[in-house]
Amino acid sequence: MSAPFDTVQRTATISVLVDNEAGVLARVVGLFSGRGYNIDSLTVATVDAEHQRSRINIVTSGTDMIIEQIKAQLGRVVPIHRIADLTLDGPHIAREMAMIKVIATGDNRIEALRMADAFRARIVDATAGSFIFEITGATEKLDAFLELMRPLGLAEVSRTGIAAIARGTHTI
Amino acid sequence: MAEPTQSGAEILLRALKDQDVEVIFGYPGGAVLPIYDAIFNQNAIRHILVRHEQAAVHAAEGYARSTGRVGVVLVTSGPGATNAVTGLVDALMDSIPIICLTGQVPTHLIGNDAFQEADTTGITRPATKHNYLVRKSSDLARVVHEAFHVARTGRPGPVVIDLPKDILIAPAPYMEAGPATQARYNPRTEPDPAQIRRAVALMKEARRPVIYTGGGVINAGPEASELLCELVRLTGFPCTSTLMGLGAYPAKDPLFLGMLGMHGTYEANLAMHGSDMLLNVGARFDDRVTGRLNAFCPDAKKIHIDIDPSSINKNISVDVPIIADATAALRALVAAWKQDNATPHTAAIAGWWQQIDTWRGKESLRFTQDFRPGSIIKPQYAIQRLYEITQELGRETYISTEVGQHQMWAAQHFHFTKPNRWMTSGGLGTMGYGLPAAMGVQIAYPDALVIDIAGEASILMNIQEMGTLAQYRLPVKVFILNNEYMGMVRQWQELLHGSRYSESYSTALPDFVKLADSFHATGLRARTIDELDGVIREMLTTDRAVIADIAVDPKENVYPMIPSGAAHNEMILGPEHETAEQSSRTASATDAGLALV
Repeated sequence: MSAPFDTVQRTATISVLVDNEAGVLARVVGLFSGRGYNIDSLTVATVDAEHQRSRINIVTSGTDMIIEQIKAQLGRVVPIHRIADLTLDGPHIAREMAMIKVIATGDNRIEALRMADAFRARIVDATAGSFIFEITGATEKLDAFLELMRPLGLAEVSRTGIAAIARGTHTI
Repeated sequence: MAEPTQSGAEILLRALKDQDVEVIFGYPGGAVLPIYDAIFNQNAIRHILVRHEQAAVHAAEGYARSTGRVGVVLVTSGPGATNAVTGLVDALMDSIPIICLTGQVPTHLIGNDAFQEADTTGITRPATKHNYLVRKSSDLARVVHEAFHVARTGRPGPVVIDLPKDILIAPAPYMEAGPATQARYNPRTEPDPAQIRRAVALMKEARRPVIYTGGGVINAGPEASELLCELVRLTGFPCTSTLMGLGAYPAKDPLFLGMLGMHGTYEANLAMHGSDMLLNVGARFDDRVTGRLNAFCPDAKKIHIDIDPSSINKNISVDVPIIADATAALRALVAAWKQDNATPHTAAIAGWWQQIDTWRGKESLRFTQDFRPGSIIKPQYAIQRLYEITQELGRETYISTEVGQHQMWAAQHFHFTKPNRWMTSGGLGTMGYGLPAAMGVQIAYPDALVIDIAGEASILMNIQEMGTLAQYRLPVKVFILNNEYMGMVRQWQELLHGSRYSESYSTALPDFVKLADSFHATGLRARTIDELDGVIREMLTTDRAVIADIAVDPKENVYPMIPSGAAHNEMILGPEHETAEQSSRTASATDAGLALV
């Protein structure tokens, strides 16, 4: 089958540099919902206050044709200046942070601490009956840690979604 | 900088004037009163008062499409803005450059559910190419200049500028248009020379070529149409066009195959299906053109010229993508074709033309008109006569349409020789488009013959604009093919829903002759074939607005037709061509179409 009917899905991490103006996030999110594209993760923050630029990192999935279409559609948005498909462009680093509340006592509390140590999660809050762990890393690492915490008293999770950047001298 | 002495509204008008705006289509209201006050105090820009905000946008579209300029709309906040939304989406789908100025409640009231407040930028975000909410007086002039640049550059489209009332009243500084107001948006317009060379190599290898052109050629300006003609004549390749592209290539030229797609000609669609090389210039592989995607031009190498990178590989993946303005790309193709030393397969192409001529021999647009006195008028014949009589008169003629069967018959039977003469709602398919669009054209060309080919259902969707025609003495002709049905709905109900005519008949219609009279226009009626020519001649020679109500055969359907979900070679021909083999194929093709639009 030719490309229009390609069914092989891939994940893409796309970073865009936008003018930091009202409605720009709504434009990006509306584009995804209006055209039926997936958003697996989305982060946005100002990265250049002087030039009023923000960076949006989006993790999406689809066939190659869909991903190309997403990038082309993003390219039409006036306040978007640069678009990088980090997955396609070469090696990149993607990280996210999570704060994880575990409510546990006794053996479970001790086990949670041991696992947090193994995963290099930091304790940012502790009470007699709870911990909040802060963990940073690749999405898979966070997922793995959460799975381990689940039977030990996992009570609440707050995740940032990924921030991503290309390796080496290459910039967006 | 000196203290600003002009109000925001005055600065707005100054910016419009600097953008060469001559006319605004609008409707006043509370939030835009400062702009109307500023309009009252100047003569450079003319304001046309419409009767509904949707019509203001369609009128601006008609103006833009016939002139190649940016159309400008002015509406108030809340309902003014929401009424304009249909027009904005229409302009977005058909790539028409529009600036729509919307009033907004004062900045301190935004978000408070104030009277006539709507989240206009939120509502119009997916309805526009771009939109702005001006929150600071110092941004006003820059935003207006940038908005014009965005609307007309690259793939054109509608841009909304939402203007809070306090911004219009407060003094604002002026800023000239210049590099600073264009810096943010610079789409590519020049083609990649390597891709042009690859395209020409494919064209030289072609044995069964087709050139398929669209609205992008019209949007690129008249020079693109001239270059297209040069390329077609240079190569001798057959040329077909989408609904949007009609007029870019002269319809009566032997190298033109007519329109392609759902209601395109037999020869155009079969040439597409049988081609081994397809050159798409400024069209977007719309579903009404491609039919079933996995059966679209199965043997063709595909070249696609489009100014919008998102149009490329969206529906159909192509071998040579060329991101460029149609004028620049066609100029480069003509030059490269001449430079290239390879000889085209002249003999094979001659054979291809023989094949095309046998398809042409089918005369897929054929219909039979009974000429005995008292016979009912065939809608196709009414358009054929309208075309022939306008040709006799020799005046510059512009045609707009509403949406439905009459629109397709107009596309099939009215033949255009120049670009910018054909205004129709292609992408969105907006009933009620034609009358206000014709109004906009007549404003641009007061002395031209402007005709809205309409249906009796569509025309009622913006009939109030007859009032605008009267106020400005615009001699627009409304040519209604009255079959007392929403004909295209009825046709699909026959095809897909067992002829159950659910809500598709026109009942309690107005008397269009009296309706014309009450709007200070001339009303004419043709009931039978012997009255047709007389009514058309009288309509065309009357020096004011006319509604001609033409009673046509209520059972007539538009053929040929590719049912939704079928391929180009699975066309249904009309009753004129009925054979047992075709009717059996019809049944199988339409079952799949049920789920489709």
